[in-house]
Amino acid sequence: MVPTDRTVLETAGIGKSFAGVHALRGVDLTLHAGQVHALIGENGAGKSTLIKVITGVHRPDAGRLRFGGQEREFRSPSEAQKAGISTIYQEVNLVPMMSVARNLFLGREPRRFGLLDVRRMNREAGRVLAEYGVEVDVTRPLQTLGLGAQQMVALARAVQVEARVVIMDEPTSSLEPREVETLFSVIRGLTARGIAVVYVSHRLDELYAICDRVTVLRDGRVVHSGELAGLDRLELVSLMLGREQSVVRDKGTTAFGAGRRSRAGGTPALRARGLSVRHRVHDVSFDVHPGEVVGLGGLLGAGRSETAKAVVGALGAGAGSVEVAGRPLARRSPAAAIRAGVVLLPEDRKVEGIVPNLSVRENIVLAALPTLSRAGIVSRARQDEIVDRFVQRLRIKTSGPDQKVSDLSGGNQQKVLLARWLCLDPEVLLLDEPTRGIDVGAKAEVQALIDELASDGLGVLLISSDPEELIEGSDRVVVLKDGAVVGELTGEQVSEEGLLAALSHHPADECGPVPEPEPGPDPDPEPGPGIVPESVPQPASDTATGTDSGDEKGTAR
Amino acid sequence: MSPTVLTSAVPDRGPEPEPRRTTGGAGSVGRERRERLAAQVQRRGALVVLALVAAVASMVSATFPTWSNVSAILGNDAFVWLLALGMTFVIITGGIDLSVGSMYALGGVLAAYGAQTHGTWLAIVLPLAVGAAWGTVQGLLVSRAGMAPFIVTLAGLLGARGLLQLVTDEGATTYLVPPGSAFRSLGAGTWTPVLIVAALFGLGAVLLTRTRFGADLTAIGGNENAARLMGLPVARTKLLVHVLSATLAAAAGALGSARLGSGVTTIGVGYELTAIAAVVIGGTLLTGGSGSVGGTVTGVLLLAVIHNLIDQYASQYGSAFTDTVNGAFLAVVVLVQALLARGRQEE
Repeated sequence: MVPTDRTVLETAGIGKSFAGVHALRGVDLTLHAGQVHALIGENGAGKSTLIKVITGVHRPDAGRLRFGGQEREFRSPSEAQKAGISTIYQEVNLVPMMSVARNLFLGREPRRFGLLDVRRMNREAGRVLAEYGVEVDVTRPLQTLGLGAQQMVALARAVQVEARVVIMDEPTSSLEPREVETLFSVIRGLTARGIAVVYVSHRLDELYAICDRVTVLRDGRVVHSGELAGLDRLELVSLMLGREQSVVRDKGTTAFGAGRRSRAGGTPALRARGLSVRHRVHDVSFDVHPGEVVGLGGLLGAGRSETAKAVVGALGAGAGSVEVAGRPLARRSPAAAIRAGVVLLPEDRKVEGIVPNLSVRENIVLAALPTLSRAGIVSRARQDEIVDRFVQRLRIKTSGPDQKVSDLSGGNQQKVLLARWLCLDPEVLLLDEPTRGIDVGAKAEVQALIDELASDGLGVLLISSDPEELIEGSDRVVVLKDGAVVGELTGEQVSEEGLLAALSHHPADECGPVPEPEPGPDPDPEPGPGIVPESVPQPASDTATGTDSGDEKGTAR
Repeated sequence: MSPTVLTSAVPDRGPEPEPRRTTGGAGSVGRERRERLAAQVQRRGALVVLALVAAVASMVSATFPTWSNVSAILGNDAFVWLLALGMTFVIITGGIDLSVGSMYALGGVLAAYGAQTHGTWLAIVLPLAVGAAWGTVQGLLVSRAGMAPFIVTLAGLLGARGLLQLVTDEGATTYLVPPGSAFRSLGAGTWTPVLIVAALFGLGAVLLTRTRFGADLTAIGGNENAARLMGLPVARTKLLVHVLSATLAAAAGALGSARLGSGVTTIGVGYELTAIAAVVIGGTLLTGGSGSVGGTVTGVLLLAVIHNLIDQYASQYGSAFTDTVNGAFLAVVVLVQALLARGRQEE
């Protein structure tokens, strides 16, 4: 990376408010050519709003934006793009049904005699994508690619424009480690060409791996801006949270699992036997006892979400049996599972969880309506009582029960979903990535809630891609691979080494025996939910993702 | 312990992209083939059915493959097919245009009025201008005011019908295209209508597949939010699509009156639904984002052939039977599309 002092983009005193609520207040941000600038903060700190102001989606109420030495005001995303600011959004924002090549060139297709030159478009698309390690038939619909490859197409698209600033909003949330490495090498290529990169991520390791400078936002204000190198993690986290460093150090960034005793034995809260769903889950059996948190471990695509869905019968007909507190589930459907006391907090809360246009109250009582109503009439007073209780108990930050749930931050949306299920008084909670995409503070709160709930005697099945969270939060870990159980970690085995050993244990032909925990081949001195260190380069061609539509994260929508 | 180590510790995940399968690479090829086949069926299924129906009809009936019958199939309703052409564009953006049936009738009456009072030039200009203006208003309401296309064009359906009543003194006045008018020659015979319609469909196909406008409107239907964030002209494209649809409908009506020799006020009721049916049978997704002009051609031809067959062999059951068969086709096509979509999601 070539450090330079050339300022490409500069905002001064940017302010923006929505419906009287300040989202941004006096934000100054300076981007230098050839540098990667980290933009971090808790959810609701204003990162997305700031990005949207810079890229012309929102117009600021106050402040100035200088770009390339001139004062500019972008009225639409296309104006910002034409000026040379391109953006990669967290969720892949492409058109799933159109071909890869079309997606790459939408809005700036090569033309001949006024008509699109489809052949040249396809040829160039193939050439461009090969540079990103994506070797696919570019005439195929984008949706047939894996999520990682789609993200790479989005990246290629953003970078291909004559960009001077590239903004990446959580670009790695759907990438696998080696794809992250490809992304990093692309970023290094960009900075070498003098492009300024804005990098938004919740993953601290990534920031330290790739970023030069950092700006920390909190409650719409800049609380810190400067070189990243001189700032240690502790400082960074406490800046984001706005808490004293000593508090962070004492309590750790996660206190997950601390002070909880599992009470195994007796009748399991959940007993699953021989769960099978065609092609996806093969003969998975496990128990969850009251007061116990059982982790489901495995790599992307191991069938963790599918297992949770199979338990509640959300995947249609499948083999196997489920018992809840000793009573077998006769019919396997989400409705029957809910009645029996098994509830699933889905992975994708935007698509499978919240109803964005409904209020906080409506979202919370949604599943409880049948039990709240008499002769089809729902008492508002009883609703409010429940809503008040859970808003307080789960510490949901909301202006009131009538606030639209889509206006809440990600962490609070997740709590609303938790409240929805908790007011049904369930026996078993199935939590699929409960802390994904929510900020550090909210994450700790959700983790603390899970602890509390388990202590209250609920059985919890926890799915998390964050190994640290999985290990710290779980009493036991059932390890899945290719939709089958390949091991179970108990007691001392519940450690990162144990998980690693179970995952690297060769599966396919043998299931069941717990592998001896053994140290990993390359123990990192600083364990964490870390991402690829720079010293492990992966050949770019490895990223060819082919037809990975069986991605556990589901297809792009 | 970083995930890189995790991955590299699992050698069998190598280049194999599909993690859940336990068998080798053959499954991937098979699945890809199935997927391609599914996409082909979605796009060309109607063509297969059309070929089958035509083949069976030709074998069973001596009159079906005769020139007079084919020219009846092609010539009589060809102009109405233009409604389906415009509808294809609207539906691919994820919208709907319910006003085309009324606009068809209004276009016909305006053309006859123009031909009767001022001659051929007004017979052509008046319906096109009114259609374009009508489409502009509807398009602005959809794209700028953010109203639902269903509501806007439902209002358009009623409004255009009302305007028609006004122009014809509630049907009391019938405008006739003078017998000697050059305007009449546009709708005469089999070949002129078919060539005009074929040319417009050809232009439509080029517009959809080979221009930025076509790419933009497909992208909008596929993912409007993404299209906006990619900087595509979303509002302008939606406006133009509505202008195109209304103008085509008015032009179709004008050509229809050239064929019939007068502006018929009662015509066009329910045509918007037939047009939607033809588009959907042709494999265009009603939710937008995917579709083709060629599919719509197949759709209108299939409906026309069925109509023709029922007229010839099942007329004792009445014309209600036609709509029942059309309805059944529509239901089957949409069912198959839904099954394909579900199958693909579950893969």
